[in-house]
Amino acid sequence: MLRALGLWLVCFGLWLLLSGYFDVPLLLTFGVLSCTLVVFIAWRVEKLDPEEQRLRPKIGPQIILYWPWLLWQIVLANLDVAKRILNPQLPISPTMITLKPTQHSEMGRVIYANSITLTPGTVTTFLSEGVLEVHALTREAAESLLEGDMDRRVAALERRKT
Amino acid sequence: MNGLIDGLSGLALLAGVFFMLVGSAGLLRMPDFYTRMHAAGITDTLGAGLVLLGLMLQGGWTLVTVKLLLILAFLWLTSPTASHALVRAALSDPGNPRPLLHPHLPSSSTEITAR
Amino acid sequence: MFAAAALGILICMVLAMARALLGPTVYDRIMAVNAFGTKTVLIIAVLGFMSGRPDFMDIALVYALINFIGTIAVLKFIRYGDMGWPRNAPDEPDDL
Repeated sequence: MLRALGLWLVCFGLWLLLSGYFDVPLLLTFGVLSCTLVVFIAWRVEKLDPEEQRLRPKIGPQIILYWPWLLWQIVLANLDVAKRILNPQLPISPTMITLKPTQHSEMGRVIYANSITLTPGTVTTFLSEGVLEVHALTREAAESLLEGDMDRRVAALERRKT
Repeated sequence: MNGLIDGLSGLALLAGVFFMLVGSAGLLRMPDFYTRMHAAGITDTLGAGLVLLGLMLQGGWTLVTVKLLLILAFLWLTSPTASHALVRAALSDPGNPRPLLHPHLPSSSTEITAR
Repeated sequence: MFAAAALGILICMVLAMARALLGPTVYDRIMAVNAFGTKTVLIIAVLGFMSGRPDFMDIALVYALINFIGTIAVLKFIRYGDMGWPRNAPDEPDDL
């Protein structure tokens, strides 16, 4: 019930932001009705495919500090890949590597894999319990992943096992 | 003050378009599918980010900026997912060519991992 | 300034379209169309500012979502030949 209320509040907040109508009662009523319909449909879908287990937050508030770091890494990787594309010799050395992620929750592993893919020059090609395969554009990018700096930072985001 | 913001936003727009051009050039220059993927990543991350940042500076503190932020959030959430799905589909298709790998490296990386 | 940005994005779209037409494998084409879609989102936003119509942002937002869903749907279709029900289940889930 609490989850449904939370979902409704998020939906209505998004509706208000996107529509920009704050003082037209008729339109606000329509907004309330459509949010209620969405929550009802979500509730019906969840009976078929319960996801409550997975949606419980397993990530601490430290993620606020992780985002700027990730952004900086993305900028650095972008500059590196852009330089390589503009170089007439195209100095690339594609590499496939296998990593062993140390995160214990599924959420942590997904954040790690998504961070790798979001950084240009490395794309996650396979992800399962203890294996993560990465295709890297250059050998240097692969080696910097093997050092495991990002892996440690994502693992530090997770809440301890309960 | 207004001139400063205008200049900054113009700079961000130009830098964003530059990165998008580089990414698109990479899309044409790279030798195989898996390396083209990385070039497309430039357009999706820094190119889109800088262009939207330039527009946000123009928009000021309005609902338009909020919408641009939402667009940026959706792009940055969905682009890695789409890339991952594409690579997974390409690798799991037996008819698709395998990735070209650097000749001086072992084709499978177990050796690198063992280090 | 907006006109210059729009022109640059248009050139990018031409390059992406060239890859979509050249691309030797079907995945190259899907990737190029996905990149084309991202650039479409950006050009819609820039055009919205250029012509002073902030409503264009909503269109760009919806286009960003549809682009992603379309990419995934086309991939599934290429992979399975349909929209990909679970492989070991009957063709239609009948317990709905």
